[in-house]
Parts: sequence; structure tokens; C-alpha cells
Amino acid sequence: MKTLTDAWDWLTDSAHWSGDDGIWHRLAQHLVLTVVCLVISCLIALPVALVLGHLGKGGALAVNISNIGRAVPTFAVLVLLLLTPIGKWGEGPTVVALVLFAVPPLLTNAYVGMREVDRSVVQAARGMGMTGRQMLFQVELPLSLPMIMNGVRIAAVQLVATATIAALAGGGGLGRIITAGFNLADTAQVVAGAVLVAVFALVVEGIFETAERLSPRWARGER
Amino acid sequence: MTAPPDDCLARNEWICGEYLTTRRHILLDAVLQHLQLTAISVLIGLALALPLAVVARRWGWAAGPVLAVTTILYTIPSLAMFSLLLPVYGLSKSLVVAGLVLYSLTLLVRNILAGLRAVPAETRQAARGLGYGPIRLLLTVELPLALPAAMAGLRIATVSAVSLVTVGAIVGFGGLGNLIYAGMNTYFKAQVLTASVLCVVIAIVADLLLLAVQRLLTPWTRAARG
Repeated sequence: MKTLTDAWDWLTDSAHWSGDDGIWHRLAQHLVLTVVCLVISCLIALPVALVLGHLGKGGALAVNISNIGRAVPTFAVLVLLLLTPIGKWGEGPTVVALVLFAVPPLLTNAYVGMREVDRSVVQAARGMGMTGRQMLFQVELPLSLPMIMNGVRIAAVQLVATATIAALAGGGGLGRIITAGFNLADTAQVVAGAVLVAVFALVVEGIFETAERLSPRWARGER
Repeated sequence: MTAPPDDCLARNEWICGEYLTTRRHILLDAVLQHLQLTAISVLIGLALALPLAVVARRWGWAAGPVLAVTTILYTIPSLAMFSLLLPVYGLSKSLVVAGLVLYSLTLLVRNILAGLRAVPAETRQAARGLGYGPIRLLLTVELPLALPAAMAGLRIATVSAVSLVTVGAIVGFGGLGNLIYAGMNTYFKAQVLTASVLCVVIAIVADLLLLAVQRLLTPWTRAARG
């Protein structure tokens, strides 16, 4: 119990919120990293998945890439990138690692979503004389939106987790509060940092949950 | 003073046979710790997940809270999870195991529950009509039919655990992660690459082994397909 009150005292000490190592700065770094990398990953993964899904090609690749992503340790990739020339430009390794781990769930979910669109609906669209582009944007994309959004949600949670581990390899973000706490052997700070990270991750998950509930029924899927 | 040897270790190359031969014992110890942490965590996770899934299946009201709690646990990033457990376990192997158990638990509960729910109602009714009691029904009908889904969960949980053990390096118990962490601080390329590759190899081998076990345990799924 004492550790919890110590962690609370650490969190409520205003000195820990300001400055370059302060909570506000680390929170902003974490948020920027997560949002920027989510946008980059979506720009890379979604067009590829939509085209592959529309054409019905590359399915094995799109599905297996998620399994491969799971087998590769985030921490190992971060350190490997740090030791390559990329390691020289600041947050370079963090950004590359974040994108690498966010792309697989986006790709897999969007591809599976596109392929799960009822074939008879697609055939009906073709029978009505729709072009490939019209079918993609007016039929397949809207119908696969719930699965695509599910992929975005998994990717976002993954990004928050990866950005935390990035602190082990010298990256910025809330994880730095935890690693600094370990270096100082300050359990209160470690726990305080962990609480901040956990709350951040749950808030991100909560935002997607709320967005899904508020979205129109057709975009929500069966869940 | 003798001149420093001009081998791949001195040149700090990524791939280095010299490293493999001279650090064989360190690598072996790290691999063994990695396997031990993974195996213990997944087994404890399985031992906890099975009753939870069965309870959630039997009593519908329990399914909501069980799934909600495991989802929340799974959302918490690994580094934060290990850190939250620090006051309870200190810098120990138990801390890494406890963190990994919580992640495996989530994946296993979801998959076992999905498998149990997918057992057709007619099958259950037929078994009941043959005079099967609830326990015999569970052990000889429902669990075997849920096995493919459960094994899929076990494979995902194992592969994830192999990868997450590396984060245990923060408390000094990360198996191959320790070598990666040490290699990062000393800029030792061969060590980081070798340990990373070994991690992926362990994950793939474990996945294939479990796939083989699944094939052996569920011969009927092959017969139906072939």
C-alpha cells in the first residue's frame, strides 16, 4: 500500500509535470508519436489492402504478415534499428519500429474485411454496370468499414505499447518515466509512470470504443 | 602489448561466427531462461484460463466481466504491466512470469470461450439424450470440440510470450532480451542480431511444434477436410 501512496505523491508533485523530463512533455511526445505513426501506417497499409482485397490477390501474404509481426520482438527491432544508421536521427528508430508493428494488423483486417463482403452484393454491383473503382468506393469500402476500423483500433493500441517499449532503447514518450525510475531504483516513479501509460492506453481504447458506439448502425458491424 | 586481434568481433560486424563459438555458453543460458519463462507463463496461463472459460460458458452472466477484465489487461502495454507488478514481486523472475501469465490468460480465455460457444447445440442435446451428465459432457464432448480454437489461442499466446519475454530485460530476467539490452548499451552488433534471430527462431519452432500437437490431438479435422 505504501508504494501506491508514494506513487500518488509522485504524480501529484507539480515539479514532476514540468520541464523536458516532465509528464506533460512525455505525454505530448507519446501522443504525437502515436498519432503521426498511425496516420503514416494507415497511408501505407490501407491502399495496399484495399487494392489487394478488391483484386482478391495476395491473401496469403496479407494474412500471414500479422503472424510474422507477432513473432518478432518489438524490443529487438528497436535495438537493431538503433544500431543501424537510422539510429543517428533522433526518433528515427522509434518511428520506423512503430510503423512496422502497426502495418500488419491494418493490412490483415482491411484485407479480410474486403474479402468478407458478400459476393452476391459485389456481383449485383457489377451487374448494375459499376466500374471497378465505383465498386471499390461505393460498395466494398463501406461494407468492410467495421473490419477496417477494428484494424485501426488494434494498430493504435499496438502503437501505444510499442512507443512505451521505445523508451528502453532511448526513445521519447511516457515509457521514459518508467525507465528513469528503474535507473534511479525509485519504485514510486516506476509505478507512477506505469499508471500513466496504462491510463493512456485505456483512454485510446476507450476513444475507439466510444466512436464505434456513436457511429451509424451500418458502420458498426455485427458486434 | 600485443596488437588487438583483427576478427569480426573486433570489427563489430553484424554476423560473426567468432561470437557464436566464444559466447556459446552465454547464448545457451539465455535461450534456456527464455524457454523456461515462456513455458511456465503459458502453462500457468492455461491452468487459469480453462476454468475461467468454462465458468464463463456455463454461467452467462460471468462472461461479460471475464472478457472485460481480460481486455483491459491486454490493453496495458507490457513495460507498464511489468512495472505495475514491481511493488508485488520486486526484481525477480516471478514478476516477468506474472506479467506474461496475464497476457496469455487473455488470449487463451477468449479462444477457449469462442471454441466452447461454437459447439453446436444439437451435439450437446444429442449427448444429453444419451445420458451424459454435465461433467462428462464437458470433458468428452465440449472440450474436445473446442480444442482447435483453444490450440489456435495457445499458439498465439506462446508466440506472443516468446516475443514479450525480451521486455523482461528491464528487470534483468528477459532471457535473450538481456543479451539484446546489454548489446545495445555496448553497441555490440553481433550479440543484438544473434539474440534477435534466436528469439524469432524459438517463436517459429514453438508455433510449429504446437501445430503438430494440434494435428495429433484433432485427427478428425483433417479427415473432414481431406
